[in-house]
This record gives sequence, structure tokens and C-alpha cells, in this order.
Amino acid sequence: MTEATIDPTSPKAPTIGSRIRICLFSTDHKVIAFQYLITGLLMAIIGGYMAYVFRMQLAFPGEDVPGFGWVSPGHYNALVTNHGTIMIFWVAMPVLVAAAGNFLIPLMIGCDDMVFPRLNRLSFQIFFLSALVLIASLHVSGGGFGGAWTAYPPLSSDPDFNLTPLGASLWLIAVALEFVAFLIGGINFVTTTMNARAPGMSLMRIPIVVWMIVIASILFMVSVGPLIAGAVMLLSDQLAGTAFYDPHNGGDPLLWQHLFWFFGHPEVYVVLLPAMGIVADIIPVFARKKFFGYKAALYVTIATGVLSFFVWAHHQFVAGIDPRMAHLFTATTLLISIPIAELCFLYIATLFGGSIEFRTPMLWAIAFLVEFLLGGVTGIYLGASATDINFHDTYFVVAHFHYTFFPIAIIGLFAGIYHWFPKAVGRHLNETWGKIHFWGTIVSFNFVFIPMFFLGLGGQHRRIFDYRHFPDLAGEGFQDMRVIATIATCVLIAFQIPFVINFFHSIWKGKKAEQNPWKATTLEWSAASPPPHGNWKTLPTVYRGPYEYGSPDSEEDYLPQHIEPNT
Amino acid sequence: MIEQFIERASSYAGDIDFLFDLITYMVGFWFIVAEGALFYFLFRFRRQPGQPTTYVDGTDKKHKRWINVPHFLIIACDVVLIIGAGNVWYKIKQDLPTQDATIGIVSQQWAWTFVHPGNDGELHTDDDIRLVDELHLEVGKTYHYELTSKDTLHSFSVPVFRLKQDAVPGRRIKGWFKPEKEGVYDIQCAEMCGIGHGVMGATLIIHSSKEFDEWLAQAGTPGKNAKVLAAANEKNPRPKD
Repeated sequence: MTEATIDPTSPKAPTIGSRIRICLFSTDHKVIAFQYLITGLLMAIIGGYMAYVFRMQLAFPGEDVPGFGWVSPGHYNALVTNHGTIMIFWVAMPVLVAAAGNFLIPLMIGCDDMVFPRLNRLSFQIFFLSALVLIASLHVSGGGFGGAWTAYPPLSSDPDFNLTPLGASLWLIAVALEFVAFLIGGINFVTTTMNARAPGMSLMRIPIVVWMIVIASILFMVSVGPLIAGAVMLLSDQLAGTAFYDPHNGGDPLLWQHLFWFFGHPEVYVVLLPAMGIVADIIPVFARKKFFGYKAALYVTIATGVLSFFVWAHHQFVAGIDPRMAHLFTATTLLISIPIAELCFLYIATLFGGSIEFRTPMLWAIAFLVEFLLGGVTGIYLGASATDINFHDTYFVVAHFHYTFFPIAIIGLFAGIYHWFPKAVGRHLNETWGKIHFWGTIVSFNFVFIPMFFLGLGGQHRRIFDYRHFPDLAGEGFQDMRVIATIATCVLIAFQIPFVINFFHSIWKGKKAEQNPWKATTLEWSAASPPPHGNWKTLPTVYRGPYEYGSPDSEEDYLPQHIEPNT
Repeated sequence: MIEQFIERASSYAGDIDFLFDLITYMVGFWFIVAEGALFYFLFRFRRQPGQPTTYVDGTDKKHKRWINVPHFLIIACDVVLIIGAGNVWYKIKQDLPTQDATIGIVSQQWAWTFVHPGNDGELHTDDDIRLVDELHLEVGKTYHYELTSKDTLHSFSVPVFRLKQDAVPGRRIKGWFKPEKEGVYDIQCAEMCGIGHGVMGATLIIHSSKEFDEWLAQAGTPGKNAKVLAAANEKNPRPKD
């Protein structure tokens, strides 16, 4: 991807062999970021297709789904299980943590590459392998694993119960491989940020998005260990006949739930923080405002990270553990609303007194705040133990976590893509098509998930493939809501087509982007667009914090980090 | 607000609905404040010619107040909700009132077995009445339940009771409910339990005192269940598909 390889007259003109070598073995952080992004987006297509199939089944139960056929209960379970698994582990994680981290960290802290470039390559290769294993698990005899993405034993540990002996094991191996890939990546992110910063880039001058990715990586590395151990035990229960989770032979199925959620709840913040960081870095650019309370944001993020290790059992209020523990976990869960609310307030305060321009990246960033607030406040109902008795495993939960995960993994991702595309590719995305994509996605998204809040209030459970089996609960109005949600899902998927066309068209034919098209202050905008291998000819020096917009020291309304102060 | 979507049929359903309303008022207030400020700022500070941006970094005490005051107000709201949730939780899950009868609930792939104590009033004796996928209760009586599972996790979920409790193999989990409204309702399994999870339902029939006695008298006699059940179903016709 260097300028030299693009120039056909250069002696290093690319041959097919050299292109393949770049794809397979390049250790350039930008190439690896791009590969993570594309792999993540391809997996998102698979995950979206699964959502389409099971939404069609819910709206029109028993009828053939165009493009899939008849949906059996086993199919349905495998679809919802793998939709969840894919969207979290193979979409949110690679695009938000790995792609954003790989692309942004070296460019934003001012170094030429990750400190362990080969480890970085290994991380992607293991991740790619894990994606292949997961896809394979859907096509083995017995079908894909259908025990929900939480994989609670004994259902997941005993083939006599789940009826998918191969699918369950391959699913688990894929998830474990994916964890290994992100462990390696996380080590790289933290080490690079701590050791390879440009001169002058003190800790309090690091852009918020880099801080958030680093904190997310630390959360991941600390929390995933117990789950990898848990996964090995589950695998040996499946394959070697051990009884870690078998109550009839001295094991305990609840052990898995603790190991899973001890990881699973920090994992929510592992994907949330990079998305919030992306938004934190976009809002100042388009509001032309210094970020309001940089240090406060950093400290509440760390507080969120620490607190996130003490909330896991709010997923298990009704799981059959001692009811007294609910009080402790209700308290910690509601308390975690404080740092997150404070972060949102800081973002809103940043807008105050600005000069806000509504370009596509800014639209996505604002939509993140607007939608995430609804996801945040509905979490209170589920963190409060008593209302969770009613809402646990209903569509209210589904609506709640999609109002957090969709802003995180989809809106946050698009905010990042529209913002950094000119830097990564050297060309602009089309603004008009970007806005069509934006409004189509946001409006239809709300029509998918608002009805689910009401379905949840009506006591409708998730993972039920056909509500006609429950005559009292399957009211007419509820079926109408399911149909609305399904139509909106199809519209939402259809509105991604303009993005795909825009994306590939702009890579080759888009309007050329200059070095700093948004007039932004952070270091990546001081490199060429696209940055060559090694990023800068001479590495930059940093003189100030990351968000100097409207600074009285500058004639223009911004002061980039690398510009020497004229004394 | 929940009662507009689904009926209340247990003594504590009202407590959960009250807690729901309390949370709705509190988070609704913060949601409107935050979205209101956000949209107001977006409109007020949109890019206009001749309106320069300002240089504020949020370290001034005068500005920080706008974050700190909501911060402490949210802590106050959280404390109210923690206490409110704790009280309702204690009532439903921890403080079991004296029971009139105890019901055994056995879950398995993919059926519910409900065990009534029969005439001697004791579970696990010879005159226990076992019914598959039908739970008969008497309105106004307090029941304890003993929930067990034969194979995987299941979850005993009765939306009209606002009750949900996972069944765990190897554990006998106790709880209580007190039906307060006659009718025929759905019981669901709420925890993924395999390919039959979506059809693992049961019917809850809450009888008046007289009807329940009639049912109990005849349910204890083998071969007569069918007739009595038909009568009960006729009295409370199930809604059409």
C-alpha cells in the first residue's frame, strides 16, 4: 500500500505475487486494520442475513422464507445463536477494537507501526481462522449450535440434549480461537500506546479514542482468562466425558454462568468504549469545540471499567443462586449508570457554544448519542432486580441491548468509516449517498426495536420460534408489532446497499481528499492521505493536547497537535 | 403501565408494576432532559455565518457545575431505585409467607409436570396428583413451589404473575405465589432448552374455591381428569389462535 507500490513506473511495481504477499503477510498496521474491517463487514452480512431469516419466521410463522426455505425449530435456534455470536465476536470486536485500534493507535500517537507487527499479523490470521471455523460449524452434520450465544450447560455440554455434537464443539473452538486472537491484539495495543508515543505526546495528550481502545483492551485481557478456562472445561465436558458442569457427577452448571458473565459484562464495555471514543473524537471536529472535560472523561471511563467487573450477576438474578446476592448486584449495576451518564453529559456539553456542521460523520456521531441514551436508560429496568424478574429473557431485553449494541457496533462503526475514510483511502465518500444511507438506517432501526419494547411489556419471550403455541400471549396486536419489526429489518438491510456501492465506488473513483479535509487537530491528519508504510517521513513532535479548536492562540479556528508554537 | 399490555393475576404483580412506573418516571425525566439539551444545542449552535466557536475546556468551576449537579442528582435517583428494587425483590424472592399448599414443578425437555399434594396435603407421598402441562390453582390461596429439572436448564415463567425462576438440574428451588384472579393463562419456558424450547408451554388455570374443590375431588380419581378438565375449559374458553 505504499506510494511506491502504487506507482507503475517504480521498479517495485506490484505484481500479482506481491499483492498476494501484501494480503497474506504484510505487517503494516493499516493493511491489517483494513483486513479486520473487511472480514468484520463480511461477517456482518452473514449475521444480517440470519436476522432476516428469523425475523421473517417470526412475522410469517411456518411459511417459506425467500432465500432460505422452511425454518425448523432447530434452524431457528441455530440462527438466533449464531446471529448473536457473530454480531458480537466477529463484527463488533474486529471492527471496533481491532480495525479501529490498528488503524488509529499508531497514527494518533505518532509512530510508524505497532511495536509487535508480526504478532499483529498472527492475531489477524488466528481471527480469520476462527471465522472459518465458525462458518464451518454451521454446515456440519446435525447443524449449527443452537443453545443460545450464552451456551449454558448442560444443554451445551451434552449432545444428548442439544443434538448438535459437532456444531457445538466447533462453535466453542471458534469462540476460543477468537479470544486468543484478541488477547494477542490487546497486548499489542497496550504496549504500543505505552511505549511508542511521539515526543511530546504525554499521557494527557493522547486522543480519547486511543485511551478508550487501550482501556477496552485491558478490560478484555483481564476478564477473558476465566472464560478461556471455562471454555476448555466445556470442551472437555463435550468431548472427553468430564463433568465440570454436570450436577449428577459433582459438577455445577452455574459455574459456567459465572465464568461467562464475569467476562460477558466487561465485554459490553470492551465494545462500548471504542465506539464512544470514536464519537468523542468526531464531535469536537465538527462542533469546532475543545472536548469538555478531557480528564473527567478519562477518569469516568476508568471508573466504568473497574465497576464493570462487579456487575456480572445481574444476568443471573433468576438463575437459581442465593436471592440475597441480588441486592449487591443491583447496587453496583445502578451505580455504573453514573459514569456512563456523566460521559454522555460531557459529550452534550461539548456541543455547547460550538459551530456545528452536519457532515455525515457528525450525523452518525449524534445519532449514536440519541439512540444510545435510550439503550442506557432502559438498562435500569433490567439492573433493578425486581423488575428483572419480569423482564428477564423477554423482548424488552432484546430491545434494550440492541439499543446499546446497534449504536455501538453499527452507528459507531459508520461514524468511524465516514470520518477516517478520506485518511485511509485518500478519497472522499459521496456525501449525498452517505446521508441517504444515514437516514434510511436510523429511521428503520427505530422501527425494528421500538415495537420490541412493547412486546417485552406484554411478556413475550425471546427465542420462541412461533408464538401461535401460546394462545393467551399471542394477541393480534403483538403479531402486528412483529410484522412491523420484520418489515423494518428488511428496509434496514436494503439501505446498506447504497453504502456498499458508495464504499467501493469511492475507493477507486471518489473525490480526491487532501491531507486534512476536516481541518482536524489530531496527529493522523498530519500524515499523507493515504499514509505510506511507516506513516511519516520524519515522525512528528507533539506540542499540545488533542482538541485545540477555537483556540485564542491561532488565527484559524484550530491548532493541530504537531504545529510548533511560534514564540 | 405494564398492566395495559398484560393482566395482573398474582398478589405481587402490582408491586412490580409500581416499581416499573417509578423507574419510568425517573429515567424518563433524565432521558428527556438529556435529549432535550442535545437537540437544543444542535439547533442553537448550528453553523451560522458570523457566529464563531468558543474556547471552553470544562476545567472552570462555573462550567463543571453543569456536570456535577446532575451527577449528584443521579446518585440520589439511584439510591431511591436500589431501595425500591430491594424491597420488592425481598417480598417476591426472599420472604416466603406461610403457605396453604406446596406444588412441585418438574421441568424436562420439553414438558412441565405439576405435582399437587393430594388429600394428605404433603408432597412426595402416594396420593400426589401429577399433571403434565396443566397447573390448577385456587384463587386467593398462597402456594409455595419446589422447582426442579430433570435435564437442562429451564425457566418457569408466568407473565401474568410477573414471576420467573430458572430450574437448575441438581437443585430444588423454592419460591411462592398467590393467584388473585380467575382465568386461563400461559406458562412459558424462558431459558433456552433445545429444539423444543419454543413449544415448552403449559396452561395455568386459576379456579374459584368451589371449582377447585370439584377439580381436586375428581382429579384424585384416575380416569376422571379428562371430564373435569373439559368442564374447566368450557367455563374459561381459550382465546382463538
